[in-house]
Amino acid sequence: MTTVQATRSGDAGAPADPAPPRLTRRQRLSHWDYRFAPYLYVLPFFALFVLVGIYPMVYSGYLSFFSWPRFGPHHGDSVGFANYAHVLQDPVFRKAFWNTIGIFLLSSVPQVVTATIIAAMLDTRLRGRTWWRMSVLLPFVVAPAATALIFGSLFADKTGLVNEIIHAVGLPKIGWHSNRFASWSAIATMVNYRWTGYNTLIILAAMQAVSREYYEAAAIDGASRVQQFFHITLPSISPTMLFVIITSTIGGLQIFTEPRLFDTNLQFQGGADYQYQTLTMYVFNTSNSSTDPYPRAAAATWIIVLIIITIALVNFGLTRLVQRRSER
Amino acid sequence: MNRRPGFLVYGLLSAFVLGSAFPLYWSFVIGSVTKERAIHSPPPLYPGGHFLENARRVFDQIDFWSALANSIIISSVSAASVVFFSTLAGYAFAKLKFKGRNAGMAFVIATMAVPTQLALMPLLKEFSNLGLAGTRTAVVLPWLVTAFGVFFMRQYLVDAIPDELIEAARVDGCSQIRTFWTVAVPAARPAMAILALFTFMHTWTDFMWPLLILQGSDVQTLQTALDQLKIAPAGGISDIALLQAGTLLATVPLLILFIATGRQLVAGIMQGAVKG
Repeated sequence: MTTVQATRSGDAGAPADPAPPRLTRRQRLSHWDYRFAPYLYVLPFFALFVLVGIYPMVYSGYLSFFSWPRFGPHHGDSVGFANYAHVLQDPVFRKAFWNTIGIFLLSSVPQVVTATIIAAMLDTRLRGRTWWRMSVLLPFVVAPAATALIFGSLFADKTGLVNEIIHAVGLPKIGWHSNRFASWSAIATMVNYRWTGYNTLIILAAMQAVSREYYEAAAIDGASRVQQFFHITLPSISPTMLFVIITSTIGGLQIFTEPRLFDTNLQFQGGADYQYQTLTMYVFNTSNSSTDPYPRAAAATWIIVLIIITIALVNFGLTRLVQRRSER
Repeated sequence: MNRRPGFLVYGLLSAFVLGSAFPLYWSFVIGSVTKERAIHSPPPLYPGGHFLENARRVFDQIDFWSALANSIIISSVSAASVVFFSTLAGYAFAKLKFKGRNAGMAFVIATMAVPTQLALMPLLKEFSNLGLAGTRTAVVLPWLVTAFGVFFMRQYLVDAIPDELIEAARVDGCSQIRTFWTVAVPAARPAMAILALFTFMHTWTDFMWPLLILQGSDVQTLQTALDQLKIAPAGGISDIALLQAGTLLATVPLLILFIATGRQLVAGIMQGAVKG
């Protein structure tokens, strides 16, 4: 850059220098076209994203430091971190935090393990390959709201099929809605139902990218199928596993639809004793509460964003650590 | 791995697929018996003959057809918009040189990690101030562009169009926008179809945002109509035959889409589609 400029200014001082050829109008237009068109192409995305993504988040960050009574025309005085303090000291928020973590663990861990096993079974010379792949994806087209209502019926406390079967084999019925751990399990089952097949296909794609020669060489060396899986397949697909784990963290910690529609009372507080209220439900309910609904919901939103980013980073670090260990 | 699977693999896979289909079957069983039979012990295991009757009661409780029309309109607009703007921006990021390109792309990737559900809560306030609450426009606005769409199109177009082709178009005096329409769009078509499909499904199945912005409005989507069905005074929670018939009716459109485009969905996920 600097050299070009230096030459130019040097040229300008030389009187013998012939005038640069004048660009035709068309060439100049074309020059501007090539220079600015890329910005025009990316502009709609950024403009809309600022409008519906960034601006509201920044605005809510600002308002989280003020009071704003319900139905008030505009926000009131600055209250410092009082809204944050209120949320963090709220026992319901703490309960929602642990509920979310519990549901997340019960949905992500079994899901990744099952998806990996199913993917390994699909990564063989199956008959009717396309049919099997489509079949495992079937639950993906059942919307979360529909999934929640169907499983809500299967896990109904009194007449649900699951409890009827448990009762038929002589065990006591489980309080799927009243027992905290049982309600987490039921909600996690809904998440697992919808996403296991989807993640299976992502993991399958990664498995198919592994060179077949490795397996042939390992087979010649006498490695068993299980050994091949742990020493060839798993290390090869670990970047994809990391991706699946991170996306399911970000999605899983925002869970809302399933617990809301699982609720059998119409307060939608996640069970009579908040036993399965999640963090996103907490924000939703806070925004409808009586005192300072909006600033408190905004403060809760920002606390949750920080929690999710922290957990995603911890997850990222842990997975990398495990990968390095297994590579050694 | 390169070997023929045995009966064990076929058996386990079959069990998994049957398990995946069972909840839909159960929904049909409960949705097709009377409401008394639905909560009677032992539970019914086979479909009864009352599905149409339950469906009629669903139509009495909620405005099913208007909710269906809203879902179709909102999801189609969202899919068309995301595909168009993502192709435009993805093409620029993949193939054009401009200052700030790398920073812009880094920004797009960073925003994919942001918990989007949570940005919706503040958006409610913004839209209420603008008087948009309770409208179809408000439902679709947050889904007109997605960072994932831009990322997906960029990844596809980087390899799909040779740089020489764009250079040749420029030498021939093609304007930028003509190069986009005649070179980029035809090359991007397969990826555009997949992105359209996933965006449509994502907007269709979205629940929390329409629930927030359509609270107390006559405008509903299929998903929020299910929420209304659940809290409907006449049936609701106690009338699970009604609820399951409604759930199944709301699921049929996507089942049809799945049968028609299942292969593309599988291909799209395996090519690296991620959760929206």
